[in-house]
Amino acid sequence: MPLRFPFVFAAAVMLAGFSLQPTASLAKAPSLDDAAGRYDIDGSSQINFSVGQVGGGGISGKFGRFSGTFQLDGQDISRSVVQFALFPETVQTGEPRIENFLRSSAVFDTENHPKITFRSTKITQTGDDTAEIEGILTAKGTTRTEHFEAKLTKWNRSVISFHIQGGIYRTRYDMSVGIPIYSNIVQFDMIVNGQKH
Amino acid sequence: MLRNRRDAFGWGTIALHWSIALLIIGLIVLGYVMTRPDIDPALQFDLFQWHKSFGFTALALSAIRVIWWLANAHPAPVAGLSAFEKRASTITHWLLVGLTITVPMAGWALASTSTLGIPTFFFNRMVIPHLPMEKSAGAEAFWTNAHAILAYGLAALVLLHAAAALYHHFLRRDTVLLRMLRNERRER
Ligand code: HEM
Ligand code: HEM
Repeated sequence: MPLRFPFVFAAAVMLAGFSLQPTASLAKAPSLDDAAGRYDIDGSSQINFSVGQVGGGGISGKFGRFSGTFQLDGQDISRSVVQFALFPETVQTGEPRIENFLRSSAVFDTENHPKITFRSTKITQTGDDTAEIEGILTAKGTTRTEHFEAKLTKWNRSVISFHIQGGIYRTRYDMSVGIPIYSNIVQFDMIVNGQKH
Repeated sequence: MLRNRRDAFGWGTIALHWSIALLIIGLIVLGYVMTRPDIDPALQFDLFQWHKSFGFTALALSAIRVIWWLANAHPAPVAGLSAFEKRASTITHWLLVGLTITVPMAGWALASTSTLGIPTFFFNRMVIPHLPMEKSAGAEAFWTNAHAILAYGLAALVLLHAAAALYHHFLRRDTVLLRMLRNERRER
């Protein structure tokens, strides 16, 4: 009699497990393991950012030119590597004066620092189709460790897409102008499309 | 004495006059310096924000002054002034009072119509909303010019006004400047 309850409970869990299994495979949740290979980051990607301001709203924009690769390891996702570079002079916000200000020594200083680079140092799978990317970001002569959240959104034989998000404290990179009117945190919201080699 | 008397400015008038004068002279110098084309862009951003905060301080004090001015009798002119001098000083004072309101209002309009949309964060404490005006490059250019022309016009008038005060003090040796500096009853 005392054994009965655990038994029923275990059976219920097993039943629940079985009934969940087919639903998951029907939905065809893309799995990182199946996507192994080497990819070039494609020009169709969108490197969007936004910076909030007091009273609501803020500045949002994107970068026009960038490049990069990623190497996905099918067996061990943590052995994957992402490399990325962008050219801050290609920043677009829809207001030329803001773009020139961002290119100036107050922010990116594109004349002396034409490239912003990122190289992953650690990738941790956090879900079926999600991972956390840790890496070193170099901008305006400063190198720091940063984190991004990646979600696999699309893949087939030749193309793979991730939705990558993360917030960067700009004070770390000597870009603190405008705080506190404009937030210290630059929010990145990127669609990164890879083309298989 | 807080309020003006028949022959003297009260310290309300004196305190308002000199604090507004200091702010306005500082704002004109700051406005000129911060708009030089070769200025460091980060410094320029910060100076613009200081200019807006102090500009609103000047606007608030000037608005108080208008009320104070209307609620107080103007003391009788210093003895020995000609009819022309009385007319000229009255007109100058009216223009000065008017410009201390219109110059910062034009500044507010320029910040409000700017396509940059930079909020005014009064001394990093309180957001001052933009005026309900449409943002456009045309409107921003118009108000930028209006603000500059009115501000430099005010600067010219302040020079004239200060020169007249110094002329009275050092050449005419009358009490015109002294009675704007202290408010004891003076024997005539
Ligand atoms: C009595 C108060 C003020 C005075 C005397 C003053 C004076 C000036 C002067 C002399 C300039 C330089 C103009 C030029 O050389 O182009 C200037 C520019 C400016 N002022 Fe003011 N200002 C006052 C209040 C304000 C206020 C309240 C605001 C905004 C809320 C403001 C916003 C600006 C801005 C944004 C500029 C730069 C315009 C540009 O882009 O060239 N000012 N001001
Ligand atoms: C931005 C600067 C200034 C502004 C806007 C300004 C404005 C005014 C105004 C509106 C009055 C009339 C006060 C009233 O009738 O209640 C006044 C009076 C006076 N101001 Fe100024 N002022 C400025 C700077 C100066 C300076 C620099 C001096 C001296 C060097 C000065 C000396 C005087 C004197 C002596 C009077 C009294 C005139 C009288 O007896 O009627 N002011 N000022």
